[in-house]
Amino acid sequence: MATTSDQFAAAPVNREPMLPTPYRIQRVKQETDDTFTLELVPADSAEGSSFAPGQFNMLYVYGVGEVPISISSDPSDAPLIQHTTRVVGTVTKAMRLVKRGDMLGIRGPFGTHWPVEGVVGHDVVIVAGGIGLAPLRPALYRLMAQREKYRKIVLLYGTRTPEDILYRHELEHWRGKFDLEIQVTVDRAACTWRGNVGVVTTMIPRAPFDPSNTAAFICGPEVMMRFTAMELQKRGVATERTYLSMERNMKCGVGLCGHCQYGPVFTCKDGPVFSYDQIVALLGRAEV
Amino acid sequence: MTIETLEPIIQATPFFQGLEERYIQLITGCAKNVRFAEGQVVFREGDAADQFYLIRSGLVSVQFMIPHRGLTTILTASEGEILGWSWLFPPYRWHFDARAPQPTHALAFDGKCLRGKCEEDHDLGYEIFKRFMQVVTERLESTRLQLLDLYGNNK
Repeated sequence: MATTSDQFAAAPVNREPMLPTPYRIQRVKQETDDTFTLELVPADSAEGSSFAPGQFNMLYVYGVGEVPISISSDPSDAPLIQHTTRVVGTVTKAMRLVKRGDMLGIRGPFGTHWPVEGVVGHDVVIVAGGIGLAPLRPALYRLMAQREKYRKIVLLYGTRTPEDILYRHELEHWRGKFDLEIQVTVDRAACTWRGNVGVVTTMIPRAPFDPSNTAAFICGPEVMMRFTAMELQKRGVATERTYLSMERNMKCGVGLCGHCQYGPVFTCKDGPVFSYDQIVALLGRAEV
Repeated sequence: MTIETLEPIIQATPFFQGLEERYIQLITGCAKNVRFAEGQVVFREGDAADQFYLIRSGLVSVQFMIPHRGLTTILTASEGEILGWSWLFPPYRWHFDARAPQPTHALAFDGKCLRGKCEEDHDLGYEIFKRFMQVVTERLESTRLQLLDLYGNNK
């Protein structure tokens, strides 16, 4: 049951890609100290579009600027969408101040997606680091919506401290199900924390999946993804069934401007989801 | 009534895989079952490190007291993992505290006894050191990644 790159190729953008569509903020949820989720609906109900897990939108705060952010909601909820982001720059600082009823401009969805359909029949191990859980959440929703098509589904999630755990209630809810294995670890914790402490890669050797029949989706800081992919290989997971979501400075979203060039590919158009084999030669190289 | 020994359990552990039968028997002679209740101290910094542990179920937190921050967990060892290598190197004292945050079941190995056997039989010593170096290397790599603070916002 091989997976090929065309199974997760970018879907054609069906609107004018450079024209933002107005979306209304329906809810703002503070996830952690510096991370929040925006829930948005199209201002004109005819304007919304579907998306695939792993794709991103360009979010425009009027008068401030535009940033690429992965979609983090359940694809079946579209045209309602959610974006989870951290306050890191001018635009996300302004975005944190928006309130219910405010408007944002959205272009997208752009890019490739997690090959959820391409890995039917496999164990699926999802490895998330920090805010990297956000682009993986739609894949988890999609996998769980058609649970019978997959074997084991395992989520390994590493973050900085217990206070930085994203979607805490949802993780607890999912953990209560018997058909999804969730393991969480943090880099450091006060002595009151009763869970794992250590980097996410340390959970891979003992995680319950059959490496000979496993597909892996990885998202997080690039160093974490490199070490995760190495650990998965050590366990025996095939590189052609290992997928990573890369982050670069996306601007146009359609592969025209070149801001997100990553070696011979554009992250916005050829990514953000790549198979490991596609980009292995570029990982960890300082000059790309 | 048959009494089950720990030998098959030890033999099936990835950490001891590949060891000759006679070494497994010898190591089994140094092992015993131990249980830790929730919150129980496994060892304390500065105490004599005469044992190491193979976690069979539950979790052990390795902790360090940081002034103004309190007791901080820097590592946990879970099912199938080895805890403790201070028994192998002078001054044979624990460098951290360890506590079980949940009910935990482990095998405790008499390090002092095993150290003596490693001195007597260097082939055994090499096998044991090879395995412990693997644990040390993995912990070092993990610690380096932790030090990078990858999930921070680079502020």
